[in-house]
Amino acid sequence: MLTESQIERYSRHIILKEVGGKGQQKLFDGRVLIIGAGGLGAPIALYLAAAGVGTIGIADADDVDLSNLQRQVIHFTPDIGKPKVESAREKMQAINPDVKVVTYREWISAANINGIIADYDFIIDGTDNFAAKFLINDACVLAGKPYSHGGILQFDGQTITVRPHESACYRCIFPEPPPKDAIPSCSQAGVIGVLPGVIGTIQATEAIKFLLGKGDLLTDRLLTYSALRMKFREVPLKRKTACPVCGDTPTITEVHDELDALTVCDLKES
Amino acid sequence: MKIRINGKETLLAENPQRTVDSLLEELDVSQRLYVTVELNGEILDRPAYETTPVNEGDVIEFLYFMGGGR
Repeated sequence: MLTESQIERYSRHIILKEVGGKGQQKLFDGRVLIIGAGGLGAPIALYLAAAGVGTIGIADADDVDLSNLQRQVIHFTPDIGKPKVESAREKMQAINPDVKVVTYREWISAANINGIIADYDFIIDGTDNFAAKFLINDACVLAGKPYSHGGILQFDGQTITVRPHESACYRCIFPEPPPKDAIPSCSQAGVIGVLPGVIGTIQATEAIKFLLGKGDLLTDRLLTYSALRMKFREVPLKRKTACPVCGDTPTITEVHDELDALTVCDLKES
Repeated sequence: MKIRINGKETLLAENPQRTVDSLLEELDVSQRLYVTVELNGEILDRPAYETTPVNEGDVIEFLYFMGGGR
């Protein structure tokens, strides 16, 4: 049951016929995990908290650094040196004390990911390295958890929502990670600060639509965004029957760390 | 020869020998060794790049790795 102050807080949601009191209750009952409390994770965490998603998990082992603040808008200057998940939790609860925030101050790996995602309805990838992106894909596909992939670099971003075994997954597009250091990271190549705001907000929208059960998810379509050209494009995709993880004869049947894609830099950079 | 690359009409010199692999080189596509190529709605396996011809009217998408997020 919504209290009077909650009805007021969510009044702009409740007035939408796609949401209403029932939809708002679905958001309250919803459990969303955000992996990465950085550029993508910042707007995702802020909007999901504001929207009243009842339980939000957030995973990141890093501390706030001065160079994060140009884009990671959930962290403020006085937060420098603080664990990112703590900094994020404070802002989320300041926006909306109704929301339960569960923090995981650790890097996700094959050893812990299954246990973490098990508690959630929808997972959001806000990580910054291929080892994590492939691990999240594999874990979500194998556990049958819907999730949103997001990736950014310089002025470009991409995002897709995956419904395991129904729609194309990340490995349907990219069967394996590139060799380490083959593709530059944001800290090597730069990223325009507003870019993760655009892509992360789309990912948060997907989580909210998933919980509401309304509209069409960004499945079987890779949405690409060029901030320089100010263009969005959609590339239609299909699930690949030969996909190594979601295909008909998968070669990946349990989660594993992509050690070749993992560098110490990836873990230290933000 | 006209093909469509990432949504853009692209005019190429006639070349009956052209394959997906040689097209990547011809256009100096970024992430050339890692880019995923979708040809007329089907994602190609990397070993097929060298043997798959590029034909008039093909719709090609280059899908790039983007590993950033934090």
